[in-house]
Amino acid sequence: MAHGWEMEHDASVVVIGQDVGANGGVFRATAGLQERFGKERVQDTPLAEATIAGMSVGMATQGLKPVAEIQFMGFMYPALDQIVNHMTRMRYRTRGRLSCPIVMRMPHGGGIHAPEHHSESTEAMLCHIPGLRVVCPSSPARAYGLLLAAIRNPDPVIFLEPVRLYRAMRQEVQDDGCALPLDASFVLREGDDVTIVTWGATTLETLRAAAELDARGIGAEVIDLATLSPIDSETILESVAKTGRLVIAHEAARNAGVGAEVAALVCEHGLYDLEAPIQRVTGYDTVMPLFKLELDYMPSARRIVDAVLLTLEL
Amino acid sequence: MTIVAEFTIRYRRILDPKGQVVAPLPAFAQDTAEILRMYRAMTQARVFDAKAMNLQRTGQLGTYPSCLGHEATHIGVGAAMNPDDVLAPVYREAGTQLWRGVTMTEILVYWGGDERGNDFAGPRQDFAWCVPIATQTLHAAGAAMAFKIRAERRCAVAYIGDGGTSEGAFYEALNLAGVRALPVVFVVVNNGWAISVPVAAQTAAQTLAQKAIAAGIPGVQVDGNDVFAVRAAVGEAVEAARRGAGPALIEALTYRLSDHTTSDDASRYRPAAELREAWALEPLLRLRRHLLDLGVWTADQEQELQVQCAAEVESAVSAYLATPAQSTDAMFDHLFAELPAHLRAQRAAARKYAIKSSGHH
Repeated sequence: MAHGWEMEHDASVVVIGQDVGANGGVFRATAGLQERFGKERVQDTPLAEATIAGMSVGMATQGLKPVAEIQFMGFMYPALDQIVNHMTRMRYRTRGRLSCPIVMRMPHGGGIHAPEHHSESTEAMLCHIPGLRVVCPSSPARAYGLLLAAIRNPDPVIFLEPVRLYRAMRQEVQDDGCALPLDASFVLREGDDVTIVTWGATTLETLRAAAELDARGIGAEVIDLATLSPIDSETILESVAKTGRLVIAHEAARNAGVGAEVAALVCEHGLYDLEAPIQRVTGYDTVMPLFKLELDYMPSARRIVDAVLLTLEL
Repeated sequence: MTIVAEFTIRYRRILDPKGQVVAPLPAFAQDTAEILRMYRAMTQARVFDAKAMNLQRTGQLGTYPSCLGHEATHIGVGAAMNPDDVLAPVYREAGTQLWRGVTMTEILVYWGGDERGNDFAGPRQDFAWCVPIATQTLHAAGAAMAFKIRAERRCAVAYIGDGGTSEGAFYEALNLAGVRALPVVFVVVNNGWAISVPVAAQTAAQTLAQKAIAAGIPGVQVDGNDVFAVRAAVGEAVEAARRGAGPALIEALTYRLSDHTTSDDASRYRPAAELREAWALEPLLRLRRHLLDLGVWTADQEQELQVQCAAEVESAVSAYLATPAQSTDAMFDHLFAELPAHLRAQRAAARKYAIKSSGHH
């Protein structure tokens, strides 16, 4: 829907990727676009991720705004050379002469019984790249508003789409062309006792955990980070100043994950607000297992509740 | 101006769609027992495939990529290889795996979402399924380099699909294999479609076989629905590779009679007429006609074979469904040769929070 709005209103927006044309994307995210906008503006690329990223760089520097789909995040690696060495430093190294207003969309995370390499969440590698924004919406409405913002942003944006939410969530979304702000977090639920920072599909488990905590008389403030890089530290610090406790929940592996960055920010700027050590609830530092064990890998509401209780010494 | 290079791509077919022999039969194709062995294997692959699709539809298997229509290519390649060669498959080549000794149960365990399916009892040296497109072609070249360094008369065989030939890794593998004259054979299974993208939208090249030429490798096209042609072409290529004559590329022209996987719906993008026409060219039909013409096959034998294959598949499915689930420890087993200390704590946490109910799809 956001694709359609922006293509309608901005002739420089093009959609490229594997199976985005007649097939409308493997998750149907680009369904109907080729019929509406033709085969030049909505292109099936050859099956090659480096091609998709590299050609986006070429098109973007010459005035187009590519919205490119990588079929699954686990297949982004051939594209990384282009992303790290060109897309994200084009503006910098040409002193602003050339730039890359590109959105790279990628299905993210697990929980839908997909085959091997289809369930990864490796956003931390992307957040480490200078010059790159990394966005991960957690509801259809935020996906709409943030995708519009990503397309309108003059710099490259990675747009991670949690696959679990494609199916778990249905919501009426107003097709009004209104973008949401990038670089801003969303407070999904207010509470006074503990702050839980999360993103993507883990917001569902976190909201479930918050409801359980609420039943026990514990008020959890849930923050959807939404833009994983750069992080909106203000919203987090304000919340921690109020609650004094922080739990971070994400599906990706723990080691050097984005949760570590959130924890470091709070330690640097809000340490004296903390009344208990920060807790992280994350995927384990192992390979995302095949689907029989995937739900054991992904953070559950139970694990999040236990981590909150730890911060409250309960 | 002078011509400095020219090339020709030959197309090979021995058995036409009607089952008529249109080229001299290689020795193996004159041996009735051997033909029947291949026909049985192709039949078994098809019966297995239909059952796997059914298991997925009834929630007892994960996403599954059907090999329907690829049986001649899969069995032809399998039969051309030696047991001590190395196979680097993509994710659709169940027929070749079965021929080489991987069991139906092991294949189901993998597509049922359990890594133990990759730990097959044999052939131990073969690579596991490879989902990231084209990456396996470089592994095959590397395996071939190992054989070359140790002067072993062995060959690596890498599968790749038509879509995969667009990936950079494929060209890198061809280049390496060519420049080092490695004992590796690339089998490009051209089944017409890379999910929704037809070959004509993938490349402007007339054939995929000619992609070998630029790397200094011979490329040949075969009728991938003709098991005789596939086995003959791949057989000659692996034999040449083993004796040090260098790599080769075989493009097998076949057709994906199924959807890409059980998650796909090809009717959204593929003309129904094309699929109908492809059924007339399918590989079992022509081999059965040939066997009937030879007078070595009867309707009763066919019936008996179907029953036999179904029984074998059922027994494999029972073994699959009876496979006990892995514990959460499996997430940490085999990550490293020895588990580092920090992961022991995570393993303990995973045990504490184990769901246990995580069962079938």
